[in-house]
Amino acid sequence: MQSLTNRSKVVVNKKMSFMEKLYLPEIAKGMMITLKHLFKKKVTIKYPEQKRPVAPVWRGWHVLKRDELGRENCTACGLCAVACPAEAITMTAAERKPGEENLYREEKYASVYEINMLRCIFCGLCEEACPKEAIFLTDRNVPVDLLRDDFIFGKDKLVEGIEPEKRIDVSVRARAHRQIES
Amino acid sequence: MEYSELIFKIIFVIAVFAVSLLIAMYSTYAERKIAAFMQDRIGPDRAGPFGILQPLADGVKMFMKEEIIPSHADKALFILGPSLMMLTACMTGVVIPWGNSLLINGREYILQITDVNIGILYIFAVVSIGVYGIMIGGWASNNKYSLLGAIRASSQMISYELAMGMAIIALVMMTGTLSLREIVLQQHGAHWNVFYQPLGFLIFLVCAFAETNRTPFDLPECETELVGGYHTEYSSMKLGFYLFAEYINMFISSAVIATLYFGGFNMPFVSGLGLSHNTLAILGVVFFFAKIFFFIFLFMWVRWTIPRFRYDQLMNLGWKVMIPLSIVNVLLTGLVLLWRHGLFHF
Ligand code: SF4
Ligand code: SF4
Repeated sequence: MQSLTNRSKVVVNKKMSFMEKLYLPEIAKGMMITLKHLFKKKVTIKYPEQKRPVAPVWRGWHVLKRDELGRENCTACGLCAVACPAEAITMTAAERKPGEENLYREEKYASVYEINMLRCIFCGLCEEACPKEAIFLTDRNVPVDLLRDDFIFGKDKLVEGIEPEKRIDVSVRARAHRQIES
Repeated sequence: MEYSELIFKIIFVIAVFAVSLLIAMYSTYAERKIAAFMQDRIGPDRAGPFGILQPLADGVKMFMKEEIIPSHADKALFILGPSLMMLTACMTGVVIPWGNSLLINGREYILQITDVNIGILYIFAVVSIGVYGIMIGGWASNNKYSLLGAIRASSQMISYELAMGMAIIALVMMTGTLSLREIVLQQHGAHWNVFYQPLGFLIFLVCAFAETNRTPFDLPECETELVGGYHTEYSSMKLGFYLFAEYINMFISSAVIATLYFGGFNMPFVSGLGLSHNTLAILGVVFFFAKIFFFIFLFMWVRWTIPRFRYDQLMNLGWKVMIPLSIVNVLLTGLVLLWRHGLFHF
């Protein structure tokens, strides 16, 4: 078998030579190796301050999109919840009342929409299942928290803001999807 | 003893105590940093700049933890274990000569708490009592893993104490005194004992690793086999004491090694500079601590380099290698001494 790195060594069960049996020279050799590492460049990335660069189609914290008029796209069809392999999505549907047309695009909308971020495996199947281009995964990381309950993200953390500057750009992922589908 | 001397001693005792604790505290930090650096990481860096407040945070954490004494444990012994460990760890610092002497108002104050004429024996005695801390703790926990750890600790210490004692005998034959201060003064300049007793030094160093339960001899707390070893059942500050005592022991062992084999507070090439006595003494203390820090670093360096011995390998090394070697060392030293005194005629 071809090895992946050039560092692999064939193990042989040979008898130790006298020098090896003395331990100390071998220990000294080992200590030299660790000493070298003492001055090597460190690979640590100090996370909250430094971030590892991610791909433009990175799958992170979901967003529920609004359309150009600021209305929520989601129609609470439940396809995302069915598609979700981790069963992370739950929702409650409600009917749009007269006068709420500027809030919701369709006649039915999700009054409660929750994703359990501890269950989610960020596979992106919800996004693929959605017929309304309502849910997208974005390149934002889910922030750390202390309580399990706080990882159940409701609409307050999922729906994007109405104002233009609060909109979240998902064009790259959306384009990728259209390419796959066509 | 006069008042001034009494006050000086009291201050000095407190200072030594504080310094040992401080160094032990920061050894935990150094340990983590060195481990991290050797593994290409950067280690704790969140508490304060470069993480230098980490030991404080750890201490606070230890104090805040829930104090659990298992219901089936022997309460009195369970508490006695870590206390004894801590007590013996702090007691050994008493006979170490931290520096030469200071001349204040024409009086000479020796920078050593007490210059017992059996200094080495005292250290040995106290260190041997330290084993009881581990044994009592392991026994009182009433837990198989703790007991196994304690048994390992005691058998290991007994095995390696023999070789260590033998290495010391060779040294004492050479110096002719058991007082640590005398031994240091004899090594003035660069006449360090390590040059006359290289084999003895190696034996002593290896045994010191075994005595302080450091890798590669950390079998008493071998996590992979014994959960946590003798302190499996311990929590909160009692666990803290055990862990802390290990670091104090490491500091003291480094001090003893530096004293016995590396000339203590002596430094080469300064006697010709014509510095005053006090400056020399203070320089000596600084130099002594530099040596100590080097050995503490060595302890950590070895820990993060070599894996732990298997139990039978440990016993093999102790009884079949270390003890014969130390006996040979004693014999060689004796022969050389006899030859030097002209008692040999070929
Ligand atoms: S990304 Fe995958 S696991 Fe997460 S909510 Fe969507 S479908 Fe479920
Ligand atoms: S996000 Fe999409 S798939 Fe899920 S309920 Fe809303 S419209 Fe349906």
